[in-house]
Amino acid sequence: MGLIKELDYGTPIRVAASSVTLTIDGINVTVPEGTSVMAAAMQAGTKIPKLCATDMLESFGSCRLCLVEIEGRKGTPASCTTLVEPGMKVVTQSSRLASLRKGVMELYISDHPLDCLTCAANGDCELQTQAGAVGLREVRYGYEGANHLDAVKDNSNPYFSFDPAKCIVCSRCVRACAEVQGTFALTIAGRGFGSHVSPGGVDFMSSECVSCGACVQACPTATLIEKSVLDLGQPEHSEVTTCAYCGVGCSFKAEMQGSRVVRMVPWKDGKANEGHSCIKGRFAWGYATHKERITKPMVRARITDPWREVSWDEAINHAASEFKRLQATYGRDAVGGITSSRCTNEETFLVQKLVRAGFGNNNVDTCARVCHSPTGYGLAQTFGTSAGTQDFKSVDQTDVILLIGANPTDAHPVFASRMKRRLRQGAKLIVADPRRIDLVKTAHVKADYHLPLLPGTNVALINAIAHVIVTEGLVDEAFVRERCDLGHFETWARFIAQDKHAPEATAHLTGVPARDVRAAARLFAGAKNGSIYYGLGVTEHSQGSTMVMGMANLAMATGNIGRDGVGVNPLRGQNNVQGSCDMGSFPHELSGYRHISDEATRDMFNHLWGVELSPDPGLRIPNMFDEAIYGDFKGLYVQGEDIAQSDPDTHHVEAALKAMECVVVQDLFLCETAKFAHVFLPGSSFLEKDGTFTNAERRISRVRQVMPPLAGLADWQVTVKLAKALGYEMNYAHPSEIMDEIAALTPTFTGVSFKRIDELGSIQWPCNDKAPTGTPIMHVDHFVRGLGKFMITEFVATDERTGPRFPLILTTGRILSQYNVGAQTRRTDNNQWHPEDMLEIHPFDAESRGIVDGDLVALASRSGEVALRALISERMQPGVVYTTFHHPNSGANVVTTDYSDWATNCPEYKVTAVEVRRSNHRSEWQEQDAADSVSLRRILNPVMDAAE
Amino acid sequence: MNESKGPEANLVRMANQMADYFKAFPESEAAPGVADHIRKFWTPKMRAEFIKFGEAHPAHLHALAREALVLLKQAATK
Repeated sequence: MGLIKELDYGTPIRVAASSVTLTIDGINVTVPEGTSVMAAAMQAGTKIPKLCATDMLESFGSCRLCLVEIEGRKGTPASCTTLVEPGMKVVTQSSRLASLRKGVMELYISDHPLDCLTCAANGDCELQTQAGAVGLREVRYGYEGANHLDAVKDNSNPYFSFDPAKCIVCSRCVRACAEVQGTFALTIAGRGFGSHVSPGGVDFMSSECVSCGACVQACPTATLIEKSVLDLGQPEHSEVTTCAYCGVGCSFKAEMQGSRVVRMVPWKDGKANEGHSCIKGRFAWGYATHKERITKPMVRARITDPWREVSWDEAINHAASEFKRLQATYGRDAVGGITSSRCTNEETFLVQKLVRAGFGNNNVDTCARVCHSPTGYGLAQTFGTSAGTQDFKSVDQTDVILLIGANPTDAHPVFASRMKRRLRQGAKLIVADPRRIDLVKTAHVKADYHLPLLPGTNVALINAIAHVIVTEGLVDEAFVRERCDLGHFETWARFIAQDKHAPEATAHLTGVPARDVRAAARLFAGAKNGSIYYGLGVTEHSQGSTMVMGMANLAMATGNIGRDGVGVNPLRGQNNVQGSCDMGSFPHELSGYRHISDEATRDMFNHLWGVELSPDPGLRIPNMFDEAIYGDFKGLYVQGEDIAQSDPDTHHVEAALKAMECVVVQDLFLCETAKFAHVFLPGSSFLEKDGTFTNAERRISRVRQVMPPLAGLADWQVTVKLAKALGYEMNYAHPSEIMDEIAALTPTFTGVSFKRIDELGSIQWPCNDKAPTGTPIMHVDHFVRGLGKFMITEFVATDERTGPRFPLILTTGRILSQYNVGAQTRRTDNNQWHPEDMLEIHPFDAESRGIVDGDLVALASRSGEVALRALISERMQPGVVYTTFHHPNSGANVVTTDYSDWATNCPEYKVTAVEVRRSNHRSEWQEQDAADSVSLRRILNPVMDAAE
Repeated sequence: MNESKGPEANLVRMANQMADYFKAFPESEAAPGVADHIRKFWTPKMRAEFIKFGEAHPAHLHALAREALVLLKQAATK
């Protein structure tokens, strides 16, 4: 296996209805209209020398290396900026062109360090390659003239270095930052000979750079290069795999030396990211071999005992015997399991299979319970299935984006770049968010409307928008008549037309001026293509499911379903949220969202699995905690989730975990939940196993093993062993066989296999006889449920109320550099950007409490209290404070409550009544947690041969 | 709505939340909506505890939750 090298066509590949035929070096070439001569030549197999051109960027025409001759035209035009024309006759090689190109290269090389042998990019340098391509043998100007060889390196970024001495000022990095990433952090400063790349006059770390890596990828020399390449040298082989961070599901080439990762480079053919990346996927993979990885199975009798390292067999047999004992003592329903959105589809499927077939109950749930379970419920009710309607590419065709409760530049950065590109092209943007997120106003992007609603009033707002559309005659009646259930529509229309839903009537609830709501509603309804994108700011409320249905109502009422540029699009938090839900992780349904009570479905599973499945729903995660505290739930198998940190009301979660007699944690690290565990089974990172992830656009992509599991077993193998020890045989030689079983049991997956994914690159489900290559856009001709169903969405205020004791509302969320509970990113240099969770507070609220920036403040709710440092920010509105939950000792979830969505029990993370006051000490919980983090993590005589 | 403080408190709260959602539905759909939701998403033990507690403490329940309880009980005894 070698290094995967994608072809670089020099300029973007165009898609056009009509094609153009021309002649290049005497060969007829037919390409889409709008293609550059350079890209056309490349498609014919002719590489025209180039330096400033790359197909991730629009043509620039600055290096003058790609000159060609065109019959009938004067001079030697640049092939990158010249578009093909019918009958055009192009010559790419002639003595005149060779002489010109050589002259250009001489000028470049005369101001470039000649250290190729010791340069980190040796063998991967386009300047070096082009010098060879043009046959450069001498530099007539010598090397003694004015130059930039003494320019000072910028090593401030932990992941890449910037060596201006090697820069050829081709502007590829500047253009990548602008065109691909959309941050505009880089510029060309100075003029003439003094022109140089600058991150805004400061160093990279102090600049607006978001470390997405686009500039590094675009750089044709070693000017911008990964520090891992500087340290380790060039990779020698690569494998395409899928990022294990957010729900965008970017494809990467893992570039390797043996089983060591040298760098992760976004794969141009990856359909989710098309060659782009963010700081997490591109650079924050070092956690996989972090020294804190646990690679030995461990057991202990009590959580206060030190861990004892044991063999795999001993750990698994101990876990199985404990689960058997608990079921024999307390009943079959006394144990359960939790699957993970960070694990593969195959692993998730096996865990739910183990619970249903091995434990013999349906007490299985997934971490999607605490993020997107309302998406599943709401979209199933209205459209008929639990998934987003579009592919990411669809945003390229949208005209108006309604972005609700999502902060894509932080949480889904690669998709945010795509969204920003469309906004720069002129699409309109409505942001509904309590905070002034970056997209409200950032470089070259400004929201047309920011609706800064009060947390907890989403449904009142969406109802007000719908009210305007219905009462002002803006409904797409043709769409509704043809595609939707008219009876339900009419009931809904009468409901939503009531005066109580008018923007003027709801303004006192939402805090949003009625005129802005009306204007935003008109803008959305008037769009040729209007799309809705949303995140956890929608779902993590007591009315999360109602809000999802409200958005679906809006999309149907305006006819924005079933084609490019429209749709209802959940931005999933973790890499495999969609997949974990698809795989039957919820206690009430089997894979493919079929209710457990459905006898025909159960029969399929019973037949294949050789069991008799229970027809009744099992316990959801919060139900498990409640039952544990009541004494009826005693054992839990948790794969890859850190519920002690991520789930709300930490006191309650910890009490539940302490009440259990056997908690089995399968994880990379001794996470917070592991402090309460009795068996620890070492997990395997995404680099150590085969499988698939399914991203937010239903795209199933391969995860490919590039290094052996550090603990000897991949996660799916551990589940198989545990099932066997429980007395239930699972026989798989490879994860592909697990997918084959999923396909055999799941109608929307019947066409999916590893082989088929390898052939197509990735597959968006449904993939079956009706859609053999998958389904990029859903509900095209009809909804999955047949006719779309409008649902009543009465606004019900949350029970969580502010008052004299707790006058502020806390809302929690994420930041770009960290991911979820931080288990991965905290073990990388990403910590340099976000070393601790801060409490963002409006200047008014801070001043009235005597708080200045950086003060330690106590954050208290009826659930608990923690202390954080204050960050005074006008991004907040008065009365609302914000924090993240990436660092365990911050204890954000000590403060959040046990209130949850009425339909799914998704926690109400986004609304907690709190008070903030200056403090000079950490909270009692934080002190205890710090002590527990040592005492509950002790390992008896550990064998020191873990990860490096 | 007052709620109990015992182990059933969460069940009561959840059922009352469902009732708050379904109260805007046509009368013929509201209580069946609550009952159907409980049937689809709660374990038999949770349903049984809800019925037992709700019968003993009907004042803790939203009117629709009370109606749903009756429907659940009827279905359980069929």
